[in-house]
Amino acid sequence: MTTAPTRPEASYATVPDPDDPPLRKLYRSADGRMLGGVARGLAGHLGLPVSWVRVVFIALFMAEGMGALLYAAFWFIVPLGVGGVDAARASASAGAPGRLAWGRKGGAGGRKADKGQIFALLTLLAGAAVVASRFQLGRANAYVWPILLIGAGVALVWRQADNARRAQWLEMGRRKGVLPLVRGAAGVVLVGVGVTGIVVLQGSVGHLGSVLQAALAVLVGIALLAGPYLVRMTQDLSEERLMRIRAQERAEVAAHVHDSVLHTLTLIQRNAEDPREVARLARAQERELRAWLYKPEGRGKDEEQEPDTLAEAVRKSAAEVEDHHGVPIEVVVVGDCPLDERLGAQMQAAREAMVNAAKYGGEGGAVQVYAEVEGRTVFVSVRDRGPGFDLDAVPGDRMGVRESIIGRMQRNGGTARLRSAPDGGTVVELEAERLPEDG
Amino acid sequence: MNSDAAQDGQTGGPARTVRVVLVDDHRMFRTGVQAEIGRTDETGVEVVGEAADVDQAVTVITATRPEVVLLDVHLPGGGGVEVLRRSAAMMADPERPVRFLALSVSDAAEDVIGVIRGGARGYVTKTITGTDLVDAVFRVSDGDAVFSPRLAGFVLDAFASTDAPPVDEDLDRLTQREREVLRLIARGYAYKEIAKQLFISVKTVESHVSAVLRKLQLSNRHELTRWATARRLV
Repeated sequence: MTTAPTRPEASYATVPDPDDPPLRKLYRSADGRMLGGVARGLAGHLGLPVSWVRVVFIALFMAEGMGALLYAAFWFIVPLGVGGVDAARASASAGAPGRLAWGRKGGAGGRKADKGQIFALLTLLAGAAVVASRFQLGRANAYVWPILLIGAGVALVWRQADNARRAQWLEMGRRKGVLPLVRGAAGVVLVGVGVTGIVVLQGSVGHLGSVLQAALAVLVGIALLAGPYLVRMTQDLSEERLMRIRAQERAEVAAHVHDSVLHTLTLIQRNAEDPREVARLARAQERELRAWLYKPEGRGKDEEQEPDTLAEAVRKSAAEVEDHHGVPIEVVVVGDCPLDERLGAQMQAAREAMVNAAKYGGEGGAVQVYAEVEGRTVFVSVRDRGPGFDLDAVPGDRMGVRESIIGRMQRNGGTARLRSAPDGGTVVELEAERLPEDG
Repeated sequence: MNSDAAQDGQTGGPARTVRVVLVDDHRMFRTGVQAEIGRTDETGVEVVGEAADVDQAVTVITATRPEVVLLDVHLPGGGGVEVLRRSAAMMADPERPVRFLALSVSDAAEDVIGVIRGGARGYVTKTITGTDLVDAVFRVSDGDAVFSPRLAGFVLDAFASTDAPPVDEDLDRLTQREREVLRLIARGYAYKEIAKQLFISVKTVESHVSAVLRKLQLSNRHELTRWATARRLV
C-alpha cells in the first residue's frame, strides 16, 4: 500500500539527485546547525565543506563585523529547509552518531548538538565583545555591550521561531512546552536588559520609570487595537489548517479506495465465473479495508512486519490460509500476550490445523478459529464443519496431523486434541503454557 | 426452489409467523434480506415494514408493532442506539414487546457493546446465512438472546480483562457455566451443539446466554465500554 503519509521533509528538502540535478534553491539547514544554519545551508548549496564557509564568515566578521551583518541578513531572508547539506553523504553516513537523522531526534546526538549551539552562541558573543572593544569608537564604545545583549536576545528568539516551524513539520507536539518558553523569555529578557542599558548610558535614568510606563501604555494600546484581529487571524489560520488536514485525510482514503478496492472490483468482474476466486478476492479486500478503517493510527496500515503478539499471529495465519485456500476463516481472539518460542510452535500447529480445515472441511462453511489467553495458558481451537475424519484410519505414513500438529505440540510441552464436533466436522484443540518471563 | 416451496407447503410450513421490520439505510441490503427471509410460507418470517433512517424506523415500528426489528447499527439520524432509545417503551411493553436484533456489517467492539447495552436482544453480522438469520429471528422473538461468536469473544474479553472484582460486584460477574457457554459460542458452536457438549438442554444454554446479556446491560462497569472504545477492536 502506498498510502503511508509522505514524510514531511519530502516537500521541503533539496535533495541533490546525482543523476538529474534539480533546480537548486538555497535553504538554511535545520540539521546540525550551530546558529541559524546559514553556513550549513550555503555549504550545501555551493557544494563546499561547512568548515570553509564558517571560516569565511568568521574572517568577514573580523573585518569590522561584516560577517555578522551578512549572516543576519541570510538568516532573515533565507527560509529554513531540511537537509540541504550534501544529502548524498548524509544518507550514506545516516547511521553515524552526531548527525541528526530524522526520527532520531532527542537522542544523545540531539543533546550534544544543543550544547554545541549554546557554546557557539557564547563564543560568538565573547568574540564580538573582544572585537568590538578593540575598535576605538569613543563614546559609542559603551553601547557595545547593550547592543550585543540585544543581538543575542534577538538571535535567541529567532532561533526559537525556527524551531517552532521545524517542530510543526515534524509534528512533534508531544515535546514539553517548557524549554521553548524559557528560551523565548530569556531572549526577551536579554533584549530588555540591553535596551535598559542604553537608556541608562544615555544618562536618563531618572526618566526610566516614566519611559517604561509610556512604553507599556503604548504596548497595551496596540494590543487592544490589534488584539481582535490577531485572535481572528490565528483562528482563521488554525481552521484553515484543520481543513487542509481533513482534505489530506480524504485524499488518502480516496487513494486507498482507488488503489485497492477498485482494483479488486475489476479483478472480480474478470473472474466472475470463478466463484472461489471471487470469494477469495472479496474476503481479502474486506479484511484489508477493515484493518485499514478500524486499526488504531500508526499501526496496521502496513501489515508486512512479523507479528509479535499472539493475536496478530493468529490473524495473520488465518488471513494467509484464507487467501490461499479461498475458505473464509472467522477468528475470535480473547486476550493477548507476546509470542514466545512455545507459542510460536503452537501457532505453527494452529496454522497447520487451519490449512487442514480449509482443505478438507471448507465445504461445510467458514472455518472457526478461537484463541484465548487465560493467565499462563494459551488455548487455540480450530473447527470446521466438513465431513470430519478418523485419526486412526489415516495411514501411518501420512505425517501431517501426527507430526505437524500433535507431535509438535508435545515436543513443546503442550497438548493437542483432535475430535469430531457434535454435528459433524472436526475440532482441533491446542493448549500450551507460556514460557515464564525472564527476570 | 419452487418444488422446495411446494414441498414445504405440503408439510404445513412453519408453525407460526413472526412479523419483522427491516431497518437499514441501504435499499439493496433490505431487498436482499427481504428476498432471503421474506418468503413467509417457507420461512415463517413476514416483513411488515422497512425503514431507512432513525425517524422512519421509529414511525414504522410504532405503526406496525412487529415482534422483531432487524436493526442496522449505522443509520443516519443517530444510529441504531438512537432507535433503541426511542423505542424503549415498546421494548418494555409486557403485552406485545418489540424485540431488536442488531444486524450489522461492523463487528467493532464499541458498536456491538453499544447496541447490546441499548437493549438489543442479539447481534449478528451481515455475513450470516439466510437460514441462520431466520433461526436468530425466531429465537429473539421468543425472548432469547443471540450471540455471534465474535460478540461472545468481546464479552469474554471484556469480563476477563476486569477480572478479580470486589465481592459486592458479584452481580456483574459471569458464572463458570456462563463463561463456558460463551467460550463455546466464541468457538463457533451452535446452541444445539453446546447443549450436547455440556449435557444440558438447549433451553438452559439459552437462559445462560440471556443471563450474560442481562449482566452486560445492567453492569455498571464503565471499564467495559471504555475498554471496548479504547481498543477499537475489529
